[in-house]
Amino acid sequence: MNKVLEVKDLNISFHTFAGEVKAIRGVNFDLYKGETLAIVGESGSGKSVTTKSIMRLLPEGNSEIKSGQILFDGKDLTKLKDKQMQKIRGHDISMIFQDPMTSLNPTMKIGNQIMEPLVKHQNLSRHTARERAIELLKLVGIAKPEIRVDQYPHQFSGGMRQRVVIAIALACNPKVLIADEPTTALDVTIQAQILELMKDLQKKIDTSIIFITHDLGVVANVADRVAVMYGGKIVEIGTAEEIFYNPQHPYTWGLISSMPDIDTDDEELFSIPGTPPDLLDPPKGDAFAPRNPYVMKIDLEQEPPFFKVSDTHYAATWLLHPDAPKVEPPEAVKRRQNQYDGTLGAASESTALNKGKFPGKKEGK
Amino acid sequence: MAKYILQRVLYMIFTLFIVVSATFFLMKLIPGTPFSSAAKLSHEQLQIMIDKYGLNDPIPVQYFHYIVNMLKGDLGVSFQFNNTPVSQLISDRIGPSAILGAQSIIIGAIIGIALGVIGALKQNTWIDYTSTFIAVLGKSIPNFVFAGLLQYYVAVKLEWFPVMFWKGPSYTVLPTIALAMFTISITARFMRTEMVEVLGSDYITLAKAKGASFFEISVKHALRNALIPVITVLGPLAVSLMTGSLVIERIFGIPGLGEQFVKSISVNDYPVIMGTSILFAALFVVVILVVDILYGIIDPRIRISGGGSK
Amino acid sequence: MTNKDTVISKDMFQPAQMDLLKSEKIAKPSLNFWQDAWLRVRKNKAAVVSLFVTILLVVMALLGPILTPYKYDKQNTAHANLPPRIQGLENIHWLPFDGTVTTRFGKELHPYETKQIKEYYWFGTDILGRDQFARVWKGTQVSLLIAFFAALIDMLIGVTYGAISGYVGGKVDSIMQRIVEVLVGIPNLVVVVLMILVLKPGIIPIILALSITGWTSMARVVRAQVLKFKNQEFVLAAKTLGASNGSIIFKHMIPNMMGIIIINTMFSIPNAIFFEAFLSFIGLGLQEPNASLGTLINDGFKSMLAFPSQMVIPAVIISIIMIAFNLIADGLRDALDPKMRD
Repeated sequence: MNKVLEVKDLNISFHTFAGEVKAIRGVNFDLYKGETLAIVGESGSGKSVTTKSIMRLLPEGNSEIKSGQILFDGKDLTKLKDKQMQKIRGHDISMIFQDPMTSLNPTMKIGNQIMEPLVKHQNLSRHTARERAIELLKLVGIAKPEIRVDQYPHQFSGGMRQRVVIAIALACNPKVLIADEPTTALDVTIQAQILELMKDLQKKIDTSIIFITHDLGVVANVADRVAVMYGGKIVEIGTAEEIFYNPQHPYTWGLISSMPDIDTDDEELFSIPGTPPDLLDPPKGDAFAPRNPYVMKIDLEQEPPFFKVSDTHYAATWLLHPDAPKVEPPEAVKRRQNQYDGTLGAASESTALNKGKFPGKKEGK
Repeated sequence: MAKYILQRVLYMIFTLFIVVSATFFLMKLIPGTPFSSAAKLSHEQLQIMIDKYGLNDPIPVQYFHYIVNMLKGDLGVSFQFNNTPVSQLISDRIGPSAILGAQSIIIGAIIGIALGVIGALKQNTWIDYTSTFIAVLGKSIPNFVFAGLLQYYVAVKLEWFPVMFWKGPSYTVLPTIALAMFTISITARFMRTEMVEVLGSDYITLAKAKGASFFEISVKHALRNALIPVITVLGPLAVSLMTGSLVIERIFGIPGLGEQFVKSISVNDYPVIMGTSILFAALFVVVILVVDILYGIIDPRIRISGGGSK
Repeated sequence: MTNKDTVISKDMFQPAQMDLLKSEKIAKPSLNFWQDAWLRVRKNKAAVVSLFVTILLVVMALLGPILTPYKYDKQNTAHANLPPRIQGLENIHWLPFDGTVTTRFGKELHPYETKQIKEYYWFGTDILGRDQFARVWKGTQVSLLIAFFAALIDMLIGVTYGAISGYVGGKVDSIMQRIVEVLVGIPNLVVVVLMILVLKPGIIPIILALSITGWTSMARVVRAQVLKFKNQEFVLAAKTLGASNGSIIFKHMIPNMMGIIIINTMFSIPNAIFFEAFLSFIGLGLQEPNASLGTLINDGFKSMLAFPSQMVIPAVIISIIMIAFNLIADGLRDALDPKMRD
């Protein structure tokens, strides 16, 4: 299948009063046409910074792309001037944000906000753009679009505003849609509706989605592939099935264990002790070592490379080294692995992962 | 909306009533007669004058006459200028003050907004520091000090503009600059703060993510939103011009309301003092009301109450 | 990045200790609110410089009149209208302290020689021959005093009024707010002028007149804060523990508002200085022989064309005071205002 976006060895730092914060420390991943890639991680793991850097939306003054490439449509986005990026934003790559209450300009009519990218990128006349805006409102499920198009954001509810934001993002049929926690600020029921809407639109427009979230439930709902980030790096990447049913990295184990499910007895709820690392002074070896119950001496000395688990599944943990001792993952993970062993390679029915497999090739360094 | 306006108008009237009454009673508290500084009058002549102006009547009666007259538009006559009606004195003099005031607020607002926007767009560069510096100076140096310095260095020494009086457009330049300084400073400061806050909001990032250019973001999105609160500050600023006019007119010898007010204070010409005070109070209240209403109209969040929102 | 060159020995895969302490360690020492604010203020160079300048001016205001041998109200008409002359600086002609005055037509006069005056008047003399140096610093004293007290009274009235209004709430609050609205609807100018006319100019009447109108903005701000705090849990907690209303307001809420209170007070000082100078300028200020910066500027203005130093010197001093206070207040606001925190 073809790659739409390739991120190679991205290193990004922020220059603060306190020093240089190495926010992204070598991130690699590809995005394939038509798929949904979920990026999961705690606050501070670097998920937003990575995607904002794809759009080149990081604040100019104190951020620096130290090295790496972002290849899209034959160009390296890290090398483009802002004027060139302007043509790509909203047209080839779009983004939607977390808080629908503040994402829209409060003093501008909704219609005008949707028409803006249409007029700018596709050179439509105002009249045609307005018609298209009304179409888009219908597409995202807003009733009475002809009336709504002339209203202001404060006349819409949170869920409806997020739909409008989606409409704006998809107005020009972009190849890539980056969704930065789009449902975190919404009620659970609205959340479900928005996710359904996004899946539906993705099929219609055939766009690829990068979906950032910290909610594993959402990941299970939408993702084809999952990348787990920690401390500015991707620590595990694979298909959604592989990540949920056969995780290999202790951090992923921690995440899966923290998620209570139907089979959880009245055990204590699990949480990963400790706090994320200070990226002003990144630790020498594996960034997760201080919180890793399975830590080994080598974790404190060297960063683990990616080890291949399958063609589509890679994890950066020394536990996968041939010399490493065999360890027992936590209860919750073991349960899932048992379920997985019976369904290796086949499409499972118990979770919404009815999408095909993409041969993801990972380069470990 | 209509209810809001009505409520504010009622407040306005009530406030004016209080001002009028307070002015009246305060004037009555001042010891001595207003004629003490006028020509030397004999005792009988003094009595005749006092009777004529009803100054011997009981206070409530005087008060009643006063209010009734005011509603008729009669503000009494000036003691200083031999029976010229106060209302005429005011209407004669309101012209220069109005021109000066209008020029100052318009120029002040435009320059202030421009400085503030530039400062916000080029934050922490020398341009920003310069405009902030100008704003601090303009806010701190008292306007009469600034006017005096302007007058001395620009008019007297450099002779670029006339020193005083009000004989043509070039005479208005220095007074307008002096009066507008405060407006420029406050507006620039405020505009910059608002603009910076707006520039940091999510919807600006979204606009950028849509591919908007720097100009589109700054003007189409940011400026419009940042400008709205600035209106609230222009009201009180317009009013501060009143205070400023007193000294500026005096320094530049402009025959306006302010200059007359100062003169009437020094000679205790009560009717003029009262009449001008009431005029100022009325202007004040009306301007604030207009700004409040304007704000309600311009901000769509207030103008259009939410329909079908959560 | 790993070094593929290094050979990885088998014993590297021995289990190590999970060091939770390391992951939970706090990288920087924790600061309390005031320490944090002070750090921020220190970073603001303009504010720090202004602080020094202000302290210097206050010191001068106290010492100034003592430093010269002439009393501020002693007249000596023979020595009227002399330009500034300082020993040691009199031969540096580009400085204004050389004892010469240049008329507006360019002619340079030497009144000290012409009138054969041997004494030195550092800031010159005014139209009645009084030493300007003494007068300027005495005037600064008076201006600062008036401003300080007016700001203090503003603060006391404003905080009390706002706190009570916000805390009690309900009908009382409504009425109190209505009163404020009406008061705010009356221009300060009118109130102050009328009050001075009635009370006759003097230090106390001026302080009173300034205080009467100035407290409203503080009251509004304090009330807003009180309303915000009223619903917060620390107030609820205090109530549950049996704290009285008074102690809730004064021991719990107000310390949390100190930042805003200080900022507002700092800003009202230059306001008061300005207003007092303004009153003097229109003739409602202090009477002879008392001096304040405003009266000095007023007097100086009358002789401005012939003897500019009489107006320029107090004008410069008052400008410096105003700028310094404004910069300090700005710096404090940046440091204390939670909204500005990163």
